Amino acid sequence: MHPFKTFTGLVAPLDRRDVDTDQIIPKQFLKLIERKGFGNYLFFNWRFDERGEPKADFVLNQSQYKKASILVTRSNFGCGSSREHAVWALLDYGIKTVIAESFADIFYSNAYKNGLLLITLKPDEIDTIMKRATEGTLYLTVDLEAQKVSEPSGLEYRFEIPKFIKDRLLEGLDDIGLTLKHESKIAEYEAKMKTARPWVIPAKPSPKKTSQSG
Amino acid sequence: MAKTLFEKIWDEHVIYQEEGKPALLYVDRHYIHEVTSPQAFEGLRLAKRKVRRPELTFATMDHNIPTTSRLLPVSDQLAAVQIATLEKNCAEFGITLFDLSSPYNGIVHVIGPELGLTLPGLTIVCGDSHTSTHGAFGALAFGIGTSEVEHVLATQCVWVEKPKVMEVNISGSLSRGVSAKDLALYMIRKIGVSGGSGYAIEYRGDTVEGFNMDERMTLCNMSIEAGARCGLVAPDEKTITYLRGRRYAPKNNAFEEAAEYWRSLKTDQGASFDKTVKIDAHIVAPQVTWGTTPAMAVDVTDVVPHPDSFEDPVERKAVERALEYMGLKPGTPITEIKVDRVFIGSCTNARLSDLEAAAKVVKGRRVASGVRAMVVPGSQTVKREAEERGLAKIFREAGFEWRESGCSMCLGMNQDILAPGERCASTSNRNFEGRQGAGGRTHLVSPMMAAAAAIAGRFVDVREWSFE
Repeated sequence: MHPFKTFTGLVAPLDRRDVDTDQIIPKQFLKLIERKGFGNYLFFNWRFDERGEPKADFVLNQSQYKKASILVTRSNFGCGSSREHAVWALLDYGIKTVIAESFADIFYSNAYKNGLLLITLKPDEIDTIMKRATEGTLYLTVDLEAQKVSEPSGLEYRFEIPKFIKDRLLEGLDDIGLTLKHESKIAEYEAKMKTARPWVIPAKPSPKKTSQSG
Repeated sequence: MAKTLFEKIWDEHVIYQEEGKPALLYVDRHYIHEVTSPQAFEGLRLAKRKVRRPELTFATMDHNIPTTSRLLPVSDQLAAVQIATLEKNCAEFGITLFDLSSPYNGIVHVIGPELGLTLPGLTIVCGDSHTSTHGAFGALAFGIGTSEVEHVLATQCVWVEKPKVMEVNISGSLSRGVSAKDLALYMIRKIGVSGGSGYAIEYRGDTVEGFNMDERMTLCNMSIEAGARCGLVAPDEKTITYLRGRRYAPKNNAFEEAAEYWRSLKTDQGASFDKTVKIDAHIVAPQVTWGTTPAMAVDVTDVVPHPDSFEDPVERKAVERALEYMGLKPGTPITEIKVDRVFIGSCTNARLSDLEAAAKVVKGRRVASGVRAMVVPGSQTVKREAEERGLAKIFREAGFEWRESGCSMCLGMNQDILAPGERCASTSNRNFEGRQGAGGRTHLVSPMMAAAAAIAGRFVDVREWSFE
């Protein structure tokens, strides 16, 4: 994961709420066994028609938004399936930051684990950004260190973010490496559990099959 | 200090936590499947890491597998690669896999409980959002992403921010013809698709106590559709009876000792919840979704709503868009909506008692002409038992297709999909745009309602029908 750096990017307005991960990356593209290449399929059913031709009415197909790296949307973005492919698709397309009223829980943690910054702003602030991005070309500078998003005019939107997520994004830390620093605590816990709750370890399967499921 | 059920399990599993940061939680069971695990194993391999506790990790293949004969090779080449990759990864890292030839294969959230792997008081994770299902046993179970799958494989732990706890207290009995699924949809309607975000839900009250384990699983399964990553029900004698003798459950004395502990897993008197929602079960009618989120539902006796009846402009726009996608006109009675397809299946509603409920409605009747209906059992065990009890025969004789188990048309990763514009009554959990196939139109319902829709060719109020 790369450290998150301050950047200025073009904003694409996706004026919808409850955008689920099935929309972000439809199931037919979950069959790949690598993490790359999902950007081509981002919002696939909204971006392309049955013949695979771009749909003119979808925001990322409009010439002024094609190079967007910031997505602004409404509430509960990323709800539904836990598929991390949704985050991989956004990043692979070139989206570095999503600004919304709120995000679904699993999507939220998938995002920061991959270096995608999610910014939560108030509904009226979303309204303003949505309007400006819809009516003209809007560039925003995202400064994670200072926790602010700013327009070239100087207008600023401040945002809150848990400190540990901010630190992780700024440093681009690997989770597993971090956790393994606590290896001795994990081993200690396992040893304790072995005597305190031995039944947690799955029993050796009984030879006969289970007789009922209800 | 008085604790909630959630807090008891949480506290038992925290290994390390710093103020204001996520806790490092120990994972007792890690379930994996073919779709969200390949990149995790690849990550392990690149970093030359091992699976820390392969004996706590169990794998199945369910998401993309065909539900037609298992004697034939998997025709979808990409799916076949994913399946082979899981086989290879499990062999290399020493993980038990219930593959396509296993009699225990099935949907991960059906087989975990069925095999006695899911137990009260455990922490359970899986790269699938419907992991909330296992909370029905009083386990702390939630879905994770692929990076977390890799993390759990390597460390047997997961970093989690402690959620708040919401009590959903349900009292009274459900009417005949109304099920746990209707109750779940009703709750989501009431609190909204993000009403549970940031919360773990504990389901309580005499209705929940009266539910069998399958019903509790349906309820917990749908927690994520309200935005809650996990749902829980306190274990009781029903839970213990269900688990006794299961294949991987503790045996003999170990079981009795465990059961003693499980009985202590309930919210203490005086413990407080961050939020409480009360539901009166007897007013719940069969629910039918009309839109593209599970909260867009109404009573079967109602009509498709008018966008103008929604005040919030963002919501109104979402409703307009949903009606356009669904091809529905405001004011249309739900019972006038015709269906092309019926799907009885998924981790929400494909356990034996779900199939029994649907079969009661189907018995002695025929699928309407022009309707294609299928039953996809949740596991091979459910399939065998349903065949032994004569349910398969009832479905077949009525004109239903009787399939091998799998996730199937719940998410349409295999060949079981809707054609564009086709309308389906489905017992699954998500009616998102394109969920069951690009352009497909999904109406979420209970197994009894789906069965009745198959017979009538349109939605009907199953309460008005006679059945055993």
